[in-house]
Amino acid sequence: MALLELRDVSKNFGAIRALDKVSFDIEPGQAVGLMGDNGAGKSTLVKIMAGNFPASSGEIRLDGEHVQFHKPVEARAKGIEVVYQDLALCDNLTAAANVFLGREVKRRLGPLKILDYAAMYARAAELFAELKSETRPRDLVRSMSGGQRQAVAIARTRLANSKLVLMDEPTVAISVRQVAEVLDLIRRLTAQGIAVLLISHRMPDVFSVCDRIVVVRRGRKVADKAVADSSPEEVTGLITGAIELA
Amino acid sequence: MTQQATLQEVAAQRESNALQKLAGSQPFWVTVAVAGICIVMSMVSEAFATGENVFNITRNFAFIGIMALGMTAVIITAGIDLSVGSIMGLVGIVTGLVLNAGFPLWVGISAGLLTALACGAVNGVLIAYLQLSPFVVTLGMLSIARSLALIISNNKMVYQFGPDEELFFAMGGGTTFGVAHPVIVLVVLTLLFGFIFNFTAWGRHVFAIGGNEQAARLTGVPVDMIKVTVYMASGLMAGVAAILLVGWLGAVTNALGMTYELRVIASTVIGGANLMGGQGGAYGAMIGAALIEVIRNSLLLAGVDPYWQGAFVGLFIILAVLLERVRGKRSG
Repeated sequence: MALLELRDVSKNFGAIRALDKVSFDIEPGQAVGLMGDNGAGKSTLVKIMAGNFPASSGEIRLDGEHVQFHKPVEARAKGIEVVYQDLALCDNLTAAANVFLGREVKRRLGPLKILDYAAMYARAAELFAELKSETRPRDLVRSMSGGQRQAVAIARTRLANSKLVLMDEPTVAISVRQVAEVLDLIRRLTAQGIAVLLISHRMPDVFSVCDRIVVVRRGRKVADKAVADSSPEEVTGLITGAIELA
Repeated sequence: MTQQATLQEVAAQRESNALQKLAGSQPFWVTVAVAGICIVMSMVSEAFATGENVFNITRNFAFIGIMALGMTAVIITAGIDLSVGSIMGLVGIVTGLVLNAGFPLWVGISAGLLTALACGAVNGVLIAYLQLSPFVVTLGMLSIARSLALIISNNKMVYQFGPDEELFFAMGGGTTFGVAHPVIVLVVLTLLFGFIFNFTAWGRHVFAIGGNEQAARLTGVPVDMIKVTVYMASGLMAGVAAILLVGWLGAVTNALGMTYELRVIASTVIGGANLMGGQGGAYGAMIGAALIEVIRNSLLLAGVDPYWQGAFVGLFIILAVLLERVRGKRSG
């Protein structure tokens, strides 16, 4: 059974139809690339899945159960985590503090509940080790490389038992070597049975880590096929409209 | 087993050792400056290191220091509270009038502190939920609270404080083991704020909001609620300082606390709080207030025309920001 099913999901902003009856499935442990030109409706789709706003019509099923999110926290509670394009990190806090932001581990001190630094450092170190990242829990995010920052944002999604991680352009602003690092991180997530939806402009990234590619153009899904059955040329054509449908 | 050990090693790694951290911290250098001025002054002036003068210095900066603690919380969230001086004036008048009407001390204090919390809550709600600029909202409150103080006091001075007058004066003007009560309150509150900033989720979230408000929101931090409480904390500290100050002065006019907001913000900034948000601390607020008072006192004892005080304090504010810039460059 599919982990996430989208059925005829549409979204209107006033008179503008940003999404028009988009349907696709994501299987557990699968990496799906979501591609499309600027304004094609990628971000709108991701924001609906992440709970930033609800769809105007259509249905979303998670593990076969109908869901509708109004806030990101609701989506997170159901196992959908998001790595935002700007990573949503606080530069002035440590890696561990960022991983646990909004979900701090506390311990009792008499009648008080105080932050459990030891537990958070230990768990963050564990998560970074799982991701095979050299990020250190006590370092300030301010002093980190792009790859390390990605690791912090991704470690955050591993805190709870997430089933699906939505990644919005994770390889846009980082160096070539760090891109390889991030793609490895994505492979580790899927190896652990977590589904990843990768929103990206970068053809090589999608073709190297994804199992399937979904292409949207002007709010409609124009392709949904296995990476093995497609080619960067075909996908480029689909994105630009040179190829109508595939 | 080995896996466990390496994990612990990684968890224990720090970016810099304690000494480097100290050298990179603004409150440390301000402490050095305070100590330096004190050493020089006690050598050149016989009046400086006397018990009486030290007592005066500590008590004088205690009021500003208490207010700077609340201001620090606000500034860490990248906000500003210009209304603290006026809140102080309003709280002083409210407390004074309630006591003057013959109510017991606890009623007067409660009325004063509730007034302070209410002013802070109005600031906070307008800033958090209506997303108005903190500068403008608190500028408005600066005007409103001062005006309310005028209205309810009818521009009269209050110098009689009812049945609990002695207790009220002892609270603000008394000493315990030779330390002025406001100083004790400042030390206790500094420890309390230091604890809250470092060991509570609230403190962590205050820093997160200043670092990246959008990120804090997306990760489920109750940003709006925390902003309201931060402005309430700032108002409350102005209220506490007001009650102690009136107890020490023995009288209150509606001009109480006028222009204090500038000294409070100056203390906070000198103590290392960054107006861009995300940085600051409780000890910094206290030591920042101390530096300003030590400079003021030293200039007085050195016989410098008091008109120069503002110039020197201003110089130190700019130096503090310069120091911050230099440190920022090094770590960035």
